[in-house]
Parts: sequence; structure tokens; C-alpha cells
Amino acid sequence: MKLFFALITGLVFGIGLAISGMMNPAKVLNFFDIAGTWDPSLMFVMGGAVLVTFVGYRLVWRRNEPLFDGQFHIPSSNEIDRRLVGGSALFGIGWGIAGFCPGPAIAALGTGRWEAALFVASVVAGLGIRRLMVPVQAQAKAG
Amino acid sequence: METLFTPLTAFGGGLLIGLGAVMLKYGLGRILGASGVLAGVVFPSSREDFAWRAALVLGMLLSPLALFAFTGSMPVVDVPVSPLMIVVGGVIVGFGASLGSGCTSGHGVCGLPRLSVRSLVAVPTFMATAVITVFIIRHVLGLGA
Repeated sequence: MKLFFALITGLVFGIGLAISGMMNPAKVLNFFDIAGTWDPSLMFVMGGAVLVTFVGYRLVWRRNEPLFDGQFHIPSSNEIDRRLVGGSALFGIGWGIAGFCPGPAIAALGTGRWEAALFVASVVAGLGIRRLMVPVQAQAKAG
Repeated sequence: METLFTPLTAFGGGLLIGLGAVMLKYGLGRILGASGVLAGVVFPSSREDFAWRAALVLGMLLSPLALFAFTGSMPVVDVPVSPLMIVVGGVIVGFGASLGSGCTSGHGVCGLPRLSVRSLVAVPTFMATAVITVFIIRHVLGLGA
């Protein structure tokens, strides 16, 4: 039941990504291209998503525990360190080069597009390189 | 290449993205962060942690087909960059998301509404570097559309 719930969640999340335009690198790159062919649509994606999570999270937190787990897993770190800032800065650079970010690219695999597969494989390589260079245990999980 | 301004579908899609994040918190008590989920599938730490992430990814993979079943059209995926840029961008995205503990979904959709201090730093940081990167590629180097 827990796994079925996770599958339906992925389906809802993916359909949202597909409808929103996040799966379309041409649109994503135009969102960043303020000085050129700017398309501000994606501001509305983050607006809609954060509106729902802001209210929804507060309703969910009223419960003692989630449906299929004994506790809520909430990142506790408040530390602003070089890894957070440097990692986020790099993430934005990569996003600006390729136009895909991980969530929409994973969902776009379902369209059968080779570009999405190439991007996701490259992301996995990047995740792997990071694990070789910096031990995961040394880092607080926050995302 | 210009793209159409589509505030309604963007907002509607955003509502569903947020709903997915709230569902995962309600059901499993977890943050819906795509890079973390992907890392947990490819580099699993335990069977328990792997299983729900794999189910979530499977749902995401099925989403374009589900959308096709409802609307009769697949989502638009226009990729105006070269294969080399996809690879270079992808590796940097994976490395950066891992080092920075999150991407657009983990820090943006899930971190901002929690008022996480780390996410409030991460999101403006990656939005700013993405804008600067596109500016340099398109208007300084003159590459791409």
C-alpha cells in the first residue's frame, strides 16, 4: 500500500511537471533569458506549487505521524556552509546550460526522448562523482 | 526561439506539483526532492529506502502516458541545446544538487514553504547562477537561440 501510494504520488507530481512546462527546456531557458526571449510562465509554476505546499504541509503537520511511517522526516540542519552555496551555484549553472533539472527530466524519460535519457544519465554521473569526492556521511541531508 | 506565455497551465501544473509534495509528506513523511530520490534509486542505502523511491520514479515515468490518456497529447519537450551541453549541464546539475543537498523540488517546492534557512539561501543562489549562465551563453558567447 505504501509503495502504491508512492507510485500515485509520482504520477501526480509528474503530470504536474508535464502540464507546467518544466519538462520543456526551451521554455525553461527562456525563463532564465531575461535579456532576450523572456517567458515568465515558470514563475507561476513555483507560485502554484509553493502555495499548495505552504498550506498543505501545515495541515499534514497537525497529524502525529504520516500514514505509512512512524515519523516525519524533516531536515534539521540550519547551517549555511560553502557546500550549500557552492553546490546550489553549480546546480544553477548546469540548469542554465542544459535547460533540464532532475525532476522534469526523470518524468520526461516517459516520453521516450533520448535527450532526457542523456541528461538523467549525466546527472547520475554527477551524483556519483560527488560521492567519490566528498563522503555523503559528512554532509547534512537537507533537500 | 520564443515560447508562448502560459500562466494558467504553469499555475495549474504547479498546483499538482505541490499536491505531489504534500501527498508524499502525508503518506511517507518525506521531502519530495527529485535529485535525492534519484540518488536513492541509483545508489540505494537499504532495500527499504530504495523501494518507495523506485515506486515514485515509476509513477513519474508513467506520467507522460497518463497525460496522453487524458488529453490525447504528449508533453512538449523542445531541447534547443547540443548533446554536449546536455551532458556537461547534467553532470554539473548532479554534482551541484548532491553537494547542495537539493534541487528545484527539494529546496524550492518543499524547502521554501518550510521556511528552511538553507533553502531560502539555495533557491535564490541557483536561480541567479542560471540567469547569469544563460546570459553568458546567449548574449556574450552568442550560442543557442
